[in-house]
Amino acid sequence: MSVALRGVTKRFGAVTALDGIDLSIAEGEFACLLGPSGCGKSTLLNILAGFEAASGGEARVRGEAVRKPGPDRAVVFQEAALFPWASVLDNVTFGPRMAGRPRREAEDHARHLLALVGLSGFEGHLPDQLSGGMKQRVGIARALILKPKLFLMDEPFGALDAQTRMQMQELLLGVWGAEGGTVLFITHDIDEAIFLADTVHVMTARPGRLRSRTRIDLPRPRDLDVLTQPAFAAYKHDLLAQIREEAGRAQAAIAAAERAAG
Amino acid sequence: MTRALTRAAHALALPLLIVLVWEAAGRAGLVPPGILPAPSQVFAAWRLWAFGTPGFGLNPYVGTWVETVLFSMGRVFRGFAAAVVIGVPLGVLIGWSAFIARSIDPLIQGLRPIPITAWLPFAIAVFGIRDAGAIFLIGLGAFFPIVVNSAAGARDCPKNLVRAALMMGATQRQLLLRVVVPNAAPNIFVGMRLGMGIAWTAVIVAEIVAVKSGLGYVLWDAYYVGRMDVVIADMISIGIFGFLSDQVLVAVGHRVLAWKFARA
Repeated sequence: MSVALRGVTKRFGAVTALDGIDLSIAEGEFACLLGPSGCGKSTLLNILAGFEAASGGEARVRGEAVRKPGPDRAVVFQEAALFPWASVLDNVTFGPRMAGRPRREAEDHARHLLALVGLSGFEGHLPDQLSGGMKQRVGIARALILKPKLFLMDEPFGALDAQTRMQMQELLLGVWGAEGGTVLFITHDIDEAIFLADTVHVMTARPGRLRSRTRIDLPRPRDLDVLTQPAFAAYKHDLLAQIREEAGRAQAAIAAAERAAG
Repeated sequence: MTRALTRAAHALALPLLIVLVWEAAGRAGLVPPGILPAPSQVFAAWRLWAFGTPGFGLNPYVGTWVETVLFSMGRVFRGFAAAVVIGVPLGVLIGWSAFIARSIDPLIQGLRPIPITAWLPFAIAVFGIRDAGAIFLIGLGAFFPIVVNSAAGARDCPKNLVRAALMMGATQRQLLLRVVVPNAAPNIFVGMRLGMGIAWTAVIVAEIVAVKSGLGYVLWDAYYVGRMDVVIADMISIGIFGFLSDQVLVAVGHRVLAWKFARA
């Protein structure tokens, strides 16, 4: 198993954000974590990234317990989080340069990856000169250059418009097809989860638990035509019902909390 | 280009008008020249001060302008450089480490309300009537805005940039030098501009009291001997060189921080 979570729990004071999460992701698998907002998806990712410590249970990546952030677990952030003072090329080569790899070698690798994400010719641009979709491409190239054991993607396309988002989903599948890797991708977009994933894990409303695991047996390579196939619609029907129920439960919980407070 | 010229003309219109009215008032005998000499008299005094041949007579305001300016600029430069060399690293460390902040920040915040003028007797007592006292005062005055702004810039590093650097394998040292410092650079720059302004205030105060050369010394000395033409020429010189030092900082800053200023 590439990723193994056993009984991972996270409490913030009196609030239990994650409650006994067991999750396994196989080597080379593309897993999506789907859930309503506020269910603790990002907290789970932050624990795997080493940004936050679990209150209980353990998280292992290729058998090694997660203790702190490191280049074996590359993160793609929702807001890209590029260094605004550095060129696209310098952003992508940051990891290898910090590891002491020769700049020339890192830049050659970065140029190859920037070509792969369709950003050839933008090496010298600053992040502020790029659109949201282009920033995320840099974020993906920056993750790829680390050759990580695991890619952690925290709603990377959540802030993009619908058109750009679909383009980026196709691009991501293309890149993943070319470079491979194990991915945990977080989203609240059902179409996105089905389109991308080998397996979709649905989380419950707070406290976050894993509710179901669905294998997506759509053939690869996939393109956006998949979205119109009956098999896709069937997956969507099932996942939508689950998400609706969780979203309803979350709202009921908020209403109950408000009644208790009022 | 023409727009720049129009703007320059616009900016100069009011000062020019004031100079004209002042000159006219002087010629009409409306202001006594011993108190407020006309611009033409000030200019004549400055020309002699700058280009006259020194050496004969006892008039110290002949041909000594350049060395006077260089005295003051040298002190500003040395005091400012000391403030940057000490203030920037210290400020960054205060912003970076809560422990260092708790150790040093209370002392800095305690000393900061004491105006540099209040440090004058201390500076003279410790350093005597020498350059060191002036440089101490200039450095101290420039130090506070530099350290406070550097600390604020280092403290306000966005969480996700720190996380991004860590997940790419940056060590704590790399995180500080490659992320926290560049992120703080715009604040450091603001602190340096404020510090430069205070450095010019401090050099004049210090030269009036603590040393016997420079624009501040001449300013007070000329006043004592009733040379208001030299006083005003001196004031204008201070203004011009204060402005130019700021412009040099801005030019350097816009080059170094091109990523920040190119945004608009």
